[in-house]
Amino acid sequence: MSSLFDEVITPGADVPVRRITVEINGEKRTMDVEPRLLLVHLLRQGLELTGTHSGCDTTSCGACTVLFDGRPLKSCTLFAVMADGHKVETVEGMGSASELDPIQEGFKQEHGLQCGFCTPGMMLASKALLERNPNPTEDEVRWALSGNLCRCTGYQNIVKAVLWAAEKMRDEQNEEA
Amino acid sequence: MALDEIKIGGMGASRRRVEDNRFIRGKGKYVDDVVLPGMLHMEILRSTVAHARIKSIDTSAAWEVPGVRLVLTGEMMAARNLAWMPTLSYDTQAVLATDKIRFQGQEIAAVIADDPYIAKDACAKIVVEYEQLPAITNPFIAQEPSMPIIRDDKENQPTNKVFDWEIGDKERTDQAFAEADVVSTIDLHYPRSHPSPMENCGSIADYDRATGKLTVYMTSQAPHIVRAAVAMVAEIPEHQIRIISPDLGGGFGNKVPIYPGYVISILASILTERPVKWIEDKTGNLISTGFGRDVYLQGQIAMRKDGRILGMRMHTISDHGAFFADAQPTKFKIGLMHSTFACYDIPAAHLTSEGYYTNKAPGGVAYRCSFRVTEAMFFQERMIHAAANDLGMDQAEFRRINLVKDDMFPYRTAFGFLTDSGQYGKCLDVGLEAIGYSTFKEEQEEARKRGKLLGIGISTMTEPLGAGNSREYDIIGIKMFDSAELRVHMTGKAILRTGAKTQGQGHETTWAQIVAHELGIPADDIVVEEGDTDTAPFGMGTYASRSTPVAGAAVAMVARKIRAKARKIAAHLLEVSEEDIEWELGRFYVRGNQERGVTIQDCALAAYSNVPDGLEPGLENNAYYDPPNLTWPFAAYICKVEVDAETGVWDVLKFVAVDDCGVRINPMIVEGQIMGGLTEAYAMANMQYITFDEEGNCIGANYMDYLLPTAWETPGFELHEVVTPCPHHPIGAKGIGECATVGGPAAFVNAVMNAIEHTGVRNVDMPLMPNRVYEALQTGQNVSGMPPVKVG
Repeated sequence: MSSLFDEVITPGADVPVRRITVEINGEKRTMDVEPRLLLVHLLRQGLELTGTHSGCDTTSCGACTVLFDGRPLKSCTLFAVMADGHKVETVEGMGSASELDPIQEGFKQEHGLQCGFCTPGMMLASKALLERNPNPTEDEVRWALSGNLCRCTGYQNIVKAVLWAAEKMRDEQNEEA
Repeated sequence: MALDEIKIGGMGASRRRVEDNRFIRGKGKYVDDVVLPGMLHMEILRSTVAHARIKSIDTSAAWEVPGVRLVLTGEMMAARNLAWMPTLSYDTQAVLATDKIRFQGQEIAAVIADDPYIAKDACAKIVVEYEQLPAITNPFIAQEPSMPIIRDDKENQPTNKVFDWEIGDKERTDQAFAEADVVSTIDLHYPRSHPSPMENCGSIADYDRATGKLTVYMTSQAPHIVRAAVAMVAEIPEHQIRIISPDLGGGFGNKVPIYPGYVISILASILTERPVKWIEDKTGNLISTGFGRDVYLQGQIAMRKDGRILGMRMHTISDHGAFFADAQPTKFKIGLMHSTFACYDIPAAHLTSEGYYTNKAPGGVAYRCSFRVTEAMFFQERMIHAAANDLGMDQAEFRRINLVKDDMFPYRTAFGFLTDSGQYGKCLDVGLEAIGYSTFKEEQEEARKRGKLLGIGISTMTEPLGAGNSREYDIIGIKMFDSAELRVHMTGKAILRTGAKTQGQGHETTWAQIVAHELGIPADDIVVEEGDTDTAPFGMGTYASRSTPVAGAAVAMVARKIRAKARKIAAHLLEVSEEDIEWELGRFYVRGNQERGVTIQDCALAAYSNVPDGLEPGLENNAYYDPPNLTWPFAAYICKVEVDAETGVWDVLKFVAVDDCGVRINPMIVEGQIMGGLTEAYAMANMQYITFDEEGNCIGANYMDYLLPTAWETPGFELHEVVTPCPHHPIGAKGIGECATVGGPAAFVNAVMNAIEHTGVRNVDMPLMPNRVYEALQTGQNVSGMPPVKVG
């Protein structure tokens, strides 16, 4: 598998590469990457996981947010080699074709997206929040998402979407218990 | 039995969006997600200085970098007659600079390489020698005789002026001022802003030498205009050009113009015979692509003592950057600025405008607005606010006296627009009630005693949305109508295509709702496609809130053509004459015998399997819609703030929005548009602006300098509706996507001013950052956003 990536990710035979193993959406992937390759570019170009978007390249907008060992991090600010031995979750790892994650469902139900460009990052930041705080207040949601910019929605429906998902997840938890 | 329209996702249903199904799974397809076999990557070298002669460009080291396939300079573009391109305002713009640098960030050279990292590396190896010239960073410096001429490439350009323009009746207006009891004056700066969609601009050009076909994936709000422009500039026949605008990560007007990067990527693909991808970075987007506003607004209104406005005059001085590349209808040099005061009944008005070249990025776009109406309405509502204060009259009362009354429609404004419908007074009343206006003055007095500064700000406005009609509105000669094409398949499912281009507005959802409303085909059975010029009918694209007023009307009209044909088929199936056929949602039946009928799906099947003699088979059609007029939504935005006297920080305590956009196709989406628009209004009022230092360096070239509100700062909004159907639109709808951005800023600013104007201050220019508000509170003086005018 790594040889396939060599061609895509590394510019030429004389450029040094490093072998890394990253658990991406639950699957261990081993590949050779140029040391300066950014994680966002590994995901998008190398692994064709284009749900992670690149917005500002400067750690400001949050469109490239992924979960790194469960914490929301902006993948334009990490080199791919820094992910060696770590777990990365992208939007492609959320839910499945037949069953959406409650956060995905919430964004659709509450009209929490318009152009969709910030959405994957927003949903992953929301996921990290709800994992550590299943019952957040509106202010807590707003604070948790303050590293992610959206130009379309005005955030109000994004906040509603996260609260919708939190409620659904709590209900599901209660049913199981 | 007629169908339940809400159940089939027709008009009025808050139908959940179909496009969300791919976006929430990360399966959207934006330009940067497209990968073509053998694709190369392009990076643009931009100037570091604002104004300079180019002494030399040395690209030799860039060519040496392994993996570099091509390095393009202005000289090489010029050899192919592509160094300059036409703008959307009949000016020219440099594609790659040949003679001079005219703004910081201007395109100098491009590297095409195997990978974007290599292209960036090689760009850094290009050496440019400059001979610096004084930077002209505002229209006042531009007028100084000692300053150089920015556009020395043009003949007959002896100064830095772009245009002088005027509209209205000067004589009548002068007369009104002569008869006035009170004259109020205001002087404002609407600072330069950038639409800044989350996704930057980009393109993938793919020229196939074997077939002669050029395919370009592109971040464009108006792909058909691009096709026409490419045909003119690149001399490729129009039928061999295919522009595909896939999912767009927001637009807000930024993706209307044609940018040098698109043109360079096309030439690069022709030369390398490989697909070439160009994806701009955020700094490139912020410093070189279409900005909004940057206008100085000066004006006066003449009033009687009883509060009646007799006339208004306005003068604008606008900063267009280095190339006049405003995206706006040809006839109007400063957009639809003359829509100002359209909601007020005033007998006389006069507008004069002057525009200037400066050493700043070009492309005055309609940033979430219908061609400068944002500036027009901001001026209007700041002027009204100041005038009410000058008269000593209540803000709401002064507006109520002057608003156009419900029984005055159709109403011809002093500048000649025809507004057609509205319930302005009702909207205002709903807003005042919701904000608690009747008790506010006591609350404000009482709070002030406790050292708290409260303020309330009102902004009421109507705006012209949905250009054309084509008699008056064109862009580079292309008339501003729009189109829809509907194909109903034999199983009753359908595909609809339009000449508009969604960027988050949800056309895939709402257009299907219009078809469902007209034909009774469930919205889920209709797929909507836009943005591919090989398949979509010709249209002018999406901006200026024109989708629903124009393309949305075309959707209704094409569905009606389909229904007319289906009626003939129904008559054949029911074995009666067409005159004996009645329609209810989704179904034709025999008059007098409602039981005996056929569904639209029965007719669709018959169109392909059982056509009456003399009728063409199939159930497809298209419609080109030229609107008889613009649509005129109305809004009352009322904001309540608290200003911290010790810091100048202000917080929104409550914001009430009352919008009348006529019939709402999908209320959920309409409300989403309003909330998004209000957030951009809040941004402009509070933090979001781009300025320049004396050397022409752009301050606002990244998201650390260019502040956009996050979920944390953004206030909540309370929305209300009033519905006055548009009398000329087939489904009674009016534009809505931009109302809140247009009318919102004045509500925030008026509220802050109301909280602090007891100190004597009359105006603080946007953005109302804490330091500006604090200064006003300390000095009681106006705080101007005017840049330094001193030369040298």
